[in-house]
Parts: sequence; structure tokens; C-alpha cells
Amino acid sequence: MTTDPLSLHWLPRAEDLGAALSAIRTGDPLARFAALAALANSRLDFLQTRRLDRALCEAADAIPAAVPRLRLAVLGSSSQEHLAPGIRVGALRRGLMVDVEVAPYGQWRQQAIDPSSRLHAFEPDAVLLALDQASLLPDQPLTAPASAPSARAAVDAAVEDLATVWRAIRERTAATVIQQLPWSDDPPTFGHGELLVPGSTGALAARLRLGLAEAAAAEGVLLLDVPGAASGPGLRQLGDPALWHHAKQAVSPAAAPWFGDHVGRVLAALRGLSRKVLVLDLDNTIWGGTIGDDGIDGIVLGQGSGAGEAFAAFQRYARRLSERGVLLAACSKNDESTVVEALARHPEMVLRREDFAAFEVSWGDKPAALQRIARDLNLGIDSLVFVDDNPAERAIVRRTLPAVAVPELAEAPELYVRCVADAGYFDAVSFTAEDSARNAQYAANRERRRLEITATDMDGFLRDLDMKLTVGPFRPVDVQRIAQLVNKTNQFNVTTRRYTEAEIRAMLQDPEIVTYAARLSDRFGDNGLTSVVIARRSAVDDQPAVEIDTWLMSCRVLGRRVEDAMLSVIATDTARSGATKLIGRYRPTPRNGMVRELFKGLGFSRRAICENGETEWEMPLDGGPLPPPEHLSVIHQGASS
Amino acid sequence: MTQSDIYQALTDILREVFDDDALTATPELSAGDVPEWDSFNHINIVVASEQRFGVKFHAAEIESLRNVGEFVGLIERKRLAA
Repeated sequence: MTTDPLSLHWLPRAEDLGAALSAIRTGDPLARFAALAALANSRLDFLQTRRLDRALCEAADAIPAAVPRLRLAVLGSSSQEHLAPGIRVGALRRGLMVDVEVAPYGQWRQQAIDPSSRLHAFEPDAVLLALDQASLLPDQPLTAPASAPSARAAVDAAVEDLATVWRAIRERTAATVIQQLPWSDDPPTFGHGELLVPGSTGALAARLRLGLAEAAAAEGVLLLDVPGAASGPGLRQLGDPALWHHAKQAVSPAAAPWFGDHVGRVLAALRGLSRKVLVLDLDNTIWGGTIGDDGIDGIVLGQGSGAGEAFAAFQRYARRLSERGVLLAACSKNDESTVVEALARHPEMVLRREDFAAFEVSWGDKPAALQRIARDLNLGIDSLVFVDDNPAERAIVRRTLPAVAVPELAEAPELYVRCVADAGYFDAVSFTAEDSARNAQYAANRERRRLEITATDMDGFLRDLDMKLTVGPFRPVDVQRIAQLVNKTNQFNVTTRRYTEAEIRAMLQDPEIVTYAARLSDRFGDNGLTSVVIARRSAVDDQPAVEIDTWLMSCRVLGRRVEDAMLSVIATDTARSGATKLIGRYRPTPRNGMVRELFKGLGFSRRAICENGETEWEMPLDGGPLPPPEHLSVIHQGASS
Repeated sequence: MTQSDIYQALTDILREVFDDDALTATPELSAGDVPEWDSFNHINIVVASEQRFGVKFHAAEIESLRNVGEFVGLIERKRLAA
């Protein structure tokens, strides 16, 4: 099998697309969307991508609100229209429905700045700025001796100029800006000496790329790193000079499915749809051979053979992902004791038992094991990526658990890293302290569970945990983590309203909005910022009230009755502010059934049931402050605004 | 690949690009006969043909084609030269 990324090699080959599409022309809209998303998860060329996109656009109006949606405006300095189908299908592959608006070619600056432009009327959630290098930084005349300071000044000016466009977009829309990093198809003027000459196109390109990235990080702008992503397939394959001169297509139609997949990755990450767990088979996946037959000394791993080094490299890649906050899980048909011994004793083993947040090593079937892994980690089954060298296991998991991502794996272990990396399952929009501590936290969770088993009663268990909840209004330093939680949390989330980082930052200044962020620590360590509440001042029955817009909690701290403590803080604050009622709302999604009865359990009474299953709840605040629960200590850092 | 194989494959491409199963590639067929055959879809036909026939067209060739017959002739010459 080839690992040419433009062919989307990690996806299984498409069945008869035409037949599959005509089978889903009608029917239940949710099932129709799921079937389209399943088709998007097969290897499609650009004509097939367009065909699937037509079917998606036909179904678009009927797609129910439960499906995550995003409005993307594309502003380009080259032709972009032909890339929209690939973008829609790239997002569909990740369960996200994207409405794309492509601004007229070459008008990106006017569209961004003019408040009456089509861009602003479209009310985008995200704006992709697809600009080439020449439109940002015209080539400088080459003069010798070239001076580094003047090249730096030219790049700084270009970056600052673009940053004003970012700010203009953000002032006039609520959109997240995604900056495509530019690339140049020009060959170097100085050959290998290109970067030695500060004013050369190549040197400016390198400087511009870094300058844009630094400015983007400072401004909360996301990147679409096309030149970085294309260093695999080769920038030459991405575009075609004939099509550039003929139609100003910087990305050729043949590369559109790949390009769209990358945009889909960024959009899915923005909406919290990136995968969270890498589940690894063991035999012939992270080492060569069968541990049960070959024994610890017989497996192929590490120095001594090319294959052994390739397996070790794949393990290093997995560990790198885990350092980034991706959870690792093992799923293997083996005797657990043999595997545990190999992980502990093999001298070349990179991954150790404690690197796995979940460990399913037994002779049971894999779909059941995957379901247990999701349950143990308190995550949805659609958080998992399952890597297995055995095509039969891949097929059975794809068939029984279609929400699990299962990449095609090349036969040769040296290609495994590419097969997983090219699929882009784990794109991140930020990297927080919580991410880098995640694996240690899950390891501590295992300890907590052990304690849970030994503690005879729940109250005793919770008291033994020695929990401390620190609650306060959103602080600027927490915004990134809050945005991550708001966009990723699916289970304990009463309304599942998503807000961008920019929108959350704006809430800090809004006097009508009351915010709470809470951190939980216990005797096993700090769980970090794990609870978020956003509430609005309003009026109910002509009385001042506070309505809970968003209430969510990370799955890491479920079952600790943190919600009781949060309510006591909110109710006490709200009563103190003079409001007489606290209003709660539950909006059902396929994933948040666990909080359907949350308000009822906390003593709210139901005000209304809406047609879509939404329920509204109220709690009168005439009884004075609500005492905090006794099982944890609450440190309240003062009411917001 | 015979000339009739090329016409058959082009028919498949045209049907796919225009989402119209009534289309058939004939020597006389040209952009004027298909309402949606604009410059954008023209490129899609050219790129799909490059993938299908393993050939590469120049910008000048893309612009100069007048009908399907000329296009098939060009494909045949390129395949012979390859």
C-alpha cells in the first residue's frame, strides 16, 4: 500500500459510492447524516469527494440541530471555490457539518475590513485566511550586500499589517480566525545558499512563517500549516503550475480532498471533535511477533533490526502523543501477566504499564474491550482511535463500532507512524498545563478507584479524598483552558453551548454575565480547572433572576458531588446580588443524558418542557444562603463583576 | 487502451463531473453543449483525465481544446509519447 497522503491512504477504500448514495437519499435525517459521515471515512478521489458533497448539500437543510455545525468563511488570494467540497467532506469525516462561504477571489482585504461585506453578513464562526506569500510580502529587489535587519523589518511590517486584518475580523464578527501559513512554489534563487541571503524569497518565507506563527499565538489565531503538512506529499504535488497560470488555483483539484481534510482537522479541533485516546493492539503493532508464542526474548523490538527499530519508533510516537495529553490504552488478546512482564522487563520497551490509562488485555472480543475502555476513562466511544495490524480486527471494529476511528495500517511497521499521523486524529488548538498532566491524573484516578473499592460507603470515600474546591470568576489566564472545556465537554454539560476563545474573553468584560471556574484538588493531586459555569442576569416574572447558560464539568471529576458545592456557591452569590430566582436549562444531546435530572436532584422544580425535549428549571432563593456540602472544602474567591 | 476505451472512460468522467448519467462522450461534443461546462468544470475534467489516463496537460493545451474529439486525440498522442 502507498502512503501518499494526497490519496488519504489511512482510510479504507470506497465501496460503490453511487449505490451507497442512492440508498440514503431519504430516511431519518440523523441516520442519513451518520451514513454520509461513514462514506466520508473512505478513500475518495476528488470527483468522488464532489459527489459526496453534492449529496451532503442536498441533505443539509434536513440535518438536525443535534449535529455540530460551523459556518466557515474562506478569504483567499487565489481561487478557493473548488476547495469547498473537500472542506465540507473533511469536516463531515469528523462528524461536523460546515457551511462554507467563499469570498470573491482576491478581495480578502476589502471583505475583512468592510462591515457591509458578504463576509460579515454571513456571520461566520471561523474565517480561513488563505493567502499566498506574494499577497502578504511582495518580493524585495535583491541587493548585495543583503541586510538582515531590513528583511526583518519587512517581515515585521507584513505581520503587523495582517494582524490588523485579524483584529478587524474579530471586532466585527464573533469568528475564530484561522491563518493559512503561506508557501511559495518559487525555486530558490541561490540554491542551497538561499537561507544565507536574508532578502531571498526562501529566507523571507522562513521568517514570515515564524513571524506569523508568533503573532497568531499572541492573538489567539489558529493556524492551518499547509507548508508543514505538505512537506510529506511535497509542495510540488499540491499545486500545478499549469492550473496556477490558467485558473489561479494554488491548490490543484486533485489535492482538494487532502487540503479539505486538513481544514476539517482544524475545524474539528476548534469544535472539540478531535480524538482523545489512542488504543493500541500489542502483538505486531507495538512490537514484532507474538508475545505468547515468542516470549519476551523472542519479540522484535529495538536495536538490532530495521523492523525492531521501527516498532520502537512507533512506541516513541505514541509516548510523545501521551505527553501531549492524548490518552493511551492497550487492547490485546493475550494473558495479562505475560504482557505486564514484557512491559516491565524488555530492555528496549519504550512504553511501560503506567503509560496506559486503560489496559484491556484478555481473550475477550475487541469491540467489548473498546467499550470498557471508553467507560473506564469516562469518555465517549467516538473519542477512540484503534490501531491494529490485523485487518480482521479492524473490520469487526469498523462494523460494530462505527464511531471508533480505525486507520488502515501499512504492512510494514516503518510506515505505522505515518498511517496514524497522516490521519490527523489528535489536532489541538491549544496546549495547556492540564494536557501535559493528563496521563498522571488518570494514573491517580486509578488509585482513587482502588480507594473507592476499599471504602465501605460513598460518603466515607468522598471524605477520605480530602477534596478542596477553589471557585472564582474567569481569569484571563484561564480562558484557553475554559474554551477547551466548553468545546470538548459532552457528558456533564447541561446545554452544550459552544463558545470560541474570543467569545469567552468578551464575557470577562460583560456586566450581565456571571462566570465561575473551579479547580478541584484532592490527596492524590491537583485535577486542575474542571468545572465551568456561565450565567446571565435576567428577569423572570418581573423579578431579577440569574439564568444558567452553561454548566459543565470535566469527566475526570464526575461522581464527587462537586455539583452540590458549585450550586451552593452560585445560589449564595445570586441571592446576595438581589436576584430572587436561579433558572436552569437542560438541552438534550445524544451524549448528555447523565445531567437530564441534574436540576431535579439539586432541588430545582420544573418550569417548562419544550417540544425538543428541552426542560427549564427554577430554584427560589428566599431561604438565604445555601450551605456548602460537608464532603469537601470550598474556597470562594469572590463573586464576578 | 483503444480509442473506444478512452471515449468510455471520458463518458464516466463527464457523468461524474456533471452528475448527469445521460451524457456520452462523442467527438463533436463541446463545452457549448453542456450548460454547466464552465472554466471551473473544464479544469475538473482535465485533472480527472490526467489521473485516469496517466498523462499531463500544459496550460496552453487546456485552453486550446475545442471539442472532445480533439481532447481524445491529444490523450492518444500523449499516451504514445509516454
